[in-house]
Amino acid sequence: MRKVIVGNHAVSWGVKLARAEVIAAYPITPQTQIVEELSEMCASGELKARFIKVESEHSAMAACVGASATGARAFTASSSQGLALMHEMLHWAGSGRLPIVMADVNRALGPGWNIWTDQTDSLAQRDTGWIQLYCETNQEVLDTTIMAFRLAEQVDLPVMVVLDAFFLSHTAEPVDIPDQELVDRFLPPRRARYKLDVDDPHSYGALVRPDDYMEMRWHLQDAMHDAVARFDGVETEWATLVGRSYGAVESYRTEDADIALVTSGTITSTARHVIDQHRENGEKIGLVKIKMFRPFPTDALRLALAGIDRVAVLDRNFSPGQGGIFAAELRSALYDLPAEDRPAIYGYVLGLGGRDVTPAVIDGIIDHVRMPGIPARADLWVGVKA
Amino acid sequence: MRELRIHGRGGQGAVIASKLLAAALFHEGRWVQSFPAFGVERRGAPVAAFVRIDEVPIRLRCEVTQPDDIIVLDPTLLTAVDITAGLKPGGSILINSEGLPGDFPALIGRFRVATVAAGEIAARNHLGSRTQPIVNTAILGAFAACSGLVGLESVCAAIEEDVPQHAEANVRAAREAAAAVQVGGLAAQEVSHV
Repeated sequence: MRKVIVGNHAVSWGVKLARAEVIAAYPITPQTQIVEELSEMCASGELKARFIKVESEHSAMAACVGASATGARAFTASSSQGLALMHEMLHWAGSGRLPIVMADVNRALGPGWNIWTDQTDSLAQRDTGWIQLYCETNQEVLDTTIMAFRLAEQVDLPVMVVLDAFFLSHTAEPVDIPDQELVDRFLPPRRARYKLDVDDPHSYGALVRPDDYMEMRWHLQDAMHDAVARFDGVETEWATLVGRSYGAVESYRTEDADIALVTSGTITSTARHVIDQHRENGEKIGLVKIKMFRPFPTDALRLALAGIDRVAVLDRNFSPGQGGIFAAELRSALYDLPAEDRPAIYGYVLGLGGRDVTPAVIDGIIDHVRMPGIPARADLWVGVKA
Repeated sequence: MRELRIHGRGGQGAVIASKLLAAALFHEGRWVQSFPAFGVERRGAPVAAFVRIDEVPIRLRCEVTQPDDIIVLDPTLLTAVDITAGLKPGGSILINSEGLPGDFPALIGRFRVATVAAGEIAARNHLGSRTQPIVNTAILGAFAACSGLVGLESVCAAIEEDVPQHAEANVRAAREAAAAVQVGGLAAQEVSHV
């Protein structure tokens, strides 16, 4: 069934088709429509899930942690300040190895109070042990939500599905909604390896002394490594059913390119449009889209960018005192390439707090990055008023 | 690519109008994208919504600043906001008004202007209240008739599918408005198409 739906409802449909069993959420703009729709699906009986209303985002994640620990398939959604309030519980989910799925609608952090898109909220949760998958279209949002449950349950790690505020969340466009029967074939009911069971009592998350803690962290790292390959497998299976896949990293028209843009989220779509125009003029320029931020797909990015002269990273986010976060991560990932293959990396910070990123803005970056002799820097700010 | 902007006041259904129009165009095989002006809305305050239409998947994910077509749900907006901001030369404006296109001399030399008494039609069909009629479905019927961009039947089908209450009255309003729309200004062949 193809329908014109907003990105928020693409998440709701994905969660419904994945047959989530427990949903706990607290409303926050621009996420609210996701759980509003899910609460209606639960109320009507379309989705046989327990919908738990809570008093804060911290409690929403706590409820998901509890539900997931009993073996249930759990979901929540949040944004910005709400996600920040969840921070402590995100560690409980990640280090607790609980395959919870959450949608984060990227929204700027305040103050200044701002409801518009900005990736800093999710990127600031980088070290909590969550897989992070960024989306470009509403179709990708729906597909990624379903795949997220499969991936999470394969590696026992929580997955954050990330979508831009408004440019996806409130934008309606055609989405193919797969049949339930097809999703059921792809995603069987969860079979938890470990779960709370009153007939076989265990305690989880108790004191761990120095002689074991490090091994737990190593297992977490091992699961993250595993998730890179597992994601490819999950995508391949999904593609055989619906004919769509995205890749942890996608190269677009980078063949013979001297210059590549690196993008994530909806800026990617506008950038594809710009790349096509430059290719029509015979310019050797392409694009690499990063979908997976954690685990960071280092090998795929080395392969995608080796031999390119200059890379312009478009970051709709920033780490105060450093610069764009994707740019910093990418520099770190490519540092070990042989010097002759290693591109110069230019980090552009743009579009913060929902400022529009138009084709003209991206053209300006392309004009800048190809200027002869400019030094590579990680904190080039685009369009800041004097 | 064709881009359209709808001006309304919070509560008049501008955002729903953009979604219905997108659904109607999608049923005709077009690629569409619709979204509200990103921000916080209040009842009665000026709001806007947008539709992009193309024959291929739409990749622009930025705001619409130079629309081809404008729809105005509330005539009082003509003096409250700059409704022609960025409108391409020769573009079209459809206004909910009991007047005729000739009553808008400042617009008619530059743009194709159409009018329809959508408020009266909506009120007659008991959509909203007499003082605050919900005009979005009526104006879409008029848009189908005067733009040639989308079929009236597609608009009616989208209303039947996506409007949960009073679908019949909304369809009737769309059909009445389609029959009542008045077109003036630049000749149709001067207007840009997809």
